[in-house]
This record gives sequence, C-alpha cells and structure tokens, in this order.
Amino acid sequence: MDATKENEEVIGIDHYGEESDGGSFPATDARGLLAAPRGARRVEDMLLNMGPQHPSTHGVLRVVLELEGETIVKATPHLGYLHRGVEKLAEDATYTQIIPLTDRLDYVCAMTNNYAFVRTVEKLLQIQVPERAEYIRTIVSEMQRLSGHLFWLGTQALDIGAMTVFFYTFREREVLLDLFELLCGARLTVSYFRIGGVDRDITTEIIDRLYKFLETFPAKVEEYNTLLETNRIWLARTKGVALISAADAINFGLTGPVLRGSGVNYDVRKAEPYGVYGKVEWEVPLGKNGDTYDRYFIRVEELRQSAKIIKQCLDQIPQGPFAADLPMLTYPPRDKVTNDMESLIHHFMIATRGFEVPEGEVYSSIEAPKGELGFYIVSRGSNKPYRCRIRPPSFIHMGAFDHMARGYMIADIVTIFGTYDVVMGECDR
Amino acid sequence: MPEAIISHQERFGEITFLARREKISDFLRFLHDTPGLSFDHITDITAVDFPNEEPRFEVVYQLYSIKNNHRVRVKARVPEDDCAIDSATPIWKGANFLEREVYDMMGITFNDHPDLRRILMTEDFDEGYPLRKDFPIEGRGWRDTFPFLDEYDKG
Repeated sequence: MDATKENEEVIGIDHYGEESDGGSFPATDARGLLAAPRGARRVEDMLLNMGPQHPSTHGVLRVVLELEGETIVKATPHLGYLHRGVEKLAEDATYTQIIPLTDRLDYVCAMTNNYAFVRTVEKLLQIQVPERAEYIRTIVSEMQRLSGHLFWLGTQALDIGAMTVFFYTFREREVLLDLFELLCGARLTVSYFRIGGVDRDITTEIIDRLYKFLETFPAKVEEYNTLLETNRIWLARTKGVALISAADAINFGLTGPVLRGSGVNYDVRKAEPYGVYGKVEWEVPLGKNGDTYDRYFIRVEELRQSAKIIKQCLDQIPQGPFAADLPMLTYPPRDKVTNDMESLIHHFMIATRGFEVPEGEVYSSIEAPKGELGFYIVSRGSNKPYRCRIRPPSFIHMGAFDHMARGYMIADIVTIFGTYDVVMGECDR
Repeated sequence: MPEAIISHQERFGEITFLARREKISDFLRFLHDTPGLSFDHITDITAVDFPNEEPRFEVVYQLYSIKNNHRVRVKARVPEDDCAIDSATPIWKGANFLEREVYDMMGITFNDHPDLRRILMTEDFDEGYPLRKDFPIEGRGWRDTFPFLDEYDKG
C-alpha cells in the first residue's frame, strides 16, 4: 500500500465525535491543530519503515510498522525484493537443470531443497532409489539441518545481542560445510542430488570425519545451552514473545519448528516417512507455549536428534550403488565420461536435452529445516515441467507475521523475524 | 457434497477433486469442518495456466489434515473472461498470502479477499501476470530493450 496514504488513514483526532472520513482532516479542524480545546489529546500512530536493507531481516525484507508509542499496532511485510522468478525459469529448464535453481531458494540449506525437488520428480517417474542413496540423502539432509539450525541459533542470538554464540555455532557449521565441500565440491550451493540418486558416493574419509564430529557434537550443544538456556537477557527477550496458539498456527498453515513450538505434532519425517527416517529411532520435540523460547528449545533439541539420526545412518549404511541404474535418466559414471565416447554422448544428451517425464501432476514434500518444503509439478510429457510450484515454508510463515507481531515492542521485531528462521531467497523465490 | 464435485481421481496415491467454481467455498468449508475429514491445514494454493483449454485457469488447493494425516488436492477451473473465485481466507487465515501470490502471478481475483494486492512484484507493475503462459520468460517492458535478450530469443 502507498505509505503516505496509509499514514493519512491512521491519523485520527480522538476528541471529534463524528466518524473519521479516513483521509483528510475534518473541515472544522481547518484552524489547525493548535486550536484544539485544552486537554484534548491528539492520537497519531507512527509509521516506521524497516528494511529492506536491515541487518536483522536476514535478507531483503521490508516491513512497515504502525506504532502506538513503542507498541506495534500493525506490521505489514512487503515481500518480493529477492524475487527472481524461479517458478517461471523452471518452466523453461529441463528437470536436471532445475536442481541448481533449487539451491538458490533457501540458500543456507541447499541439500534439502534439492531433496524436495528430486523426490517429486522421482514420484512422477515412479522410480526407486537404491538403498545406499537413500541413506546418503538422509545423512546429508540431516547434516544440512544441523548447519541450518546452527546458523539460526547464531544469528538469532546475534540479533538479540549475544554475539558469542555466533562464533560457537559457526565453528561447528564450518566443519559440516567442509564435509559438504569434500562430498561435492561446494559448500552452499551444492547441487548434490540427482534424479535417481546422488552425484557421487560418500567416501570413507567423510564417514570417519563425520563420526569424529558426532563424538564431540553433543557436548557442543551443551555449550550453546550454557550460554543461553538460563541467560536472563535471552529469557527476557524470547519468553512470551511472538506467541501463537496451536489452533492459529495450524490455521495459518505454519510448519516446522514454528508449528511444533505451539505443541502440534506434525513433522513430515514422521507423518510420511521418506528416505530412511522410518528405519532410525528419533523423537519429535514439541513445545508448550508457542513462544520464541519454545522454538529455540525445539531447534536445539532437533540438533541432538539429527545427530542421533546421522549416527544411526552411518552405522547402518549398506554398500551398493549411489544412483539408480536407469540410463535414460541418470548420468553415466564420471570416469567413463572422460574415457568413453558413448558415455560422453550419453552425459551430453541428459545434460542438454534431459528426459521426458510422463504426463501427470504430483505434490510431494519433505521436512526442510524451516518447515514443510513442497513441490507441485504438472508434467505434460515433455522434458520440462509445465508448471513447477514451490511451496515455501518461509513465505507462508510471513503470512502470520502481522498476527504474531501485534502488541509487541519495536525491539521485539528482530526476535519475531528470527523466530521463523526466514530466508528471503525462499520466501520470494 | 456431491453437487460441488465435477470429477475425482486417484493417482500416485494422491486424491484430486475437481470442484465447481461457484461451490468452491462451500466445498472447502465442508472439507475443513466435517469431523472425519478435518482438513485444518492449508498447505498450498496455486494456479496453473492452460491457454488452449476452456476454462483457462486452474486454481489448485493442497489440503492436509494434521489430525488424520491425510492429504487431498482440490482444483477448480476459472475462465479467462470472468477471472475470479471465492476466497478461502475465511476458512484458513494462511490463504491470505497464498491467494495474493496467485493474484500477482496469474491475475485471478479472489472475491472477499481482505487485502488483494500484488505481493512479489512491485505494486505498480503493469506488464501483466508473470506466470501466465503468454508472458515471455525474459519479461516485458524496458527489459525487452536489452540487446542480449534478442540473442536469447534466437537460440
């Protein structure tokens, strides 16, 4: 909405009995506000623009706040500063070419974006992924969840004013990103998943380093907790802030830790187990009050649970191929491409022309660190999707922003942004 | 509510209903309120453009029931000349942003929507609706004058 118009609308003079006409001052006020009778109080909401260039908005989010004193009366998010038209671009790219596009949605958790996309295409193609690939996928998604939650914890604490936590959590995040680099050559925009499997096999070196990481990790989580759990400033800034009831959270379509913070037991990994989540033991942490502290508690508990999942996966991982043996869909092995003419042509064909996907429409989702990340793909039998809809958790969480921000102070706004773990790349696509 | 349903199908383990546009609000309300169904969670609202078909647009609702752990997809066709459908905002508050996005990207208006404005594009964006099939992928307006975009078209 036009900010000046909005501003005029909220200016009201409370000693006039008649209904405000919304825009202009009443004619009787032509003498000016100084002529108001003694004792009359002029009420004017202040309009404060926050962002898009603001360090605590985790990207480029602009919010127009209507304030009464320091209290937020209304918060209107203005999205779209990072809109790149991924859904439109996806209509002009083959299925394998979309995988790098998905990296750039939630750019701190690229693995899970890849996973959500390839799983949808695989559902459409009705192909089975080898067991080892399923294990690798689960391991890397949980590693991504660890790094995503560590990123959240560090930045949320930083926004609230506790700088040290950031250095602690990024120390562990670095280890995970180094492992990603070892695995696929990239740290953030990984593009590691392939339709039918993954790009390359997990090596024993990575497994050993991951075991070593998991040995010390639970103690590290305790370390973060000693910094925050009973910290009075942290408690004051998170307890009772950004409350949302379970019924409202469901009604707004919230997912992930934001929904579970309100005590709703919904986790895609449990509700519709994919990967090997059905074969490992873990629990879904739930909150009670639905405030920022509960969501913090849940994310920290998920760190422990994810570590548990990775550990079990590493123990169970079987030998075997890391991609399905479907020459029409999957790339030939890398060493063959460099030595064998036919394999090179094969690789080239899949990379440029892709493959045809049977007609149909399919929705499938996974539990990304932020919430339920879904893809809805309509195929008309060509090598490109007819429509590729992304169901972004961050965007839907922003829909509840106004509801959750009303009544809190300006200083709480950074906490409320942070509590969703919002990443604008995914929100605006 | 058989009068609201035109057809239904089950594929890939997903149930899809094609509903009448005029009845969509009642039908969604029925899915939300009926105890055995209780689709309390709005997962997604989106739209697909089929320019060669009549009616042209298809609004797609993905619903989920947290209580019963099942999903359903509801679709309704919207013609181009009367490009409007009832809003689901009274049923799910989360439909607000999702419907704004559909309006922004496809140009489908939602009756009784509390705040129907563009959401991802700027509010003064007047080049059309980006996700329609007749909208060029390189955009319209001043971006057409970029020389490299002509090259792109030739390829």
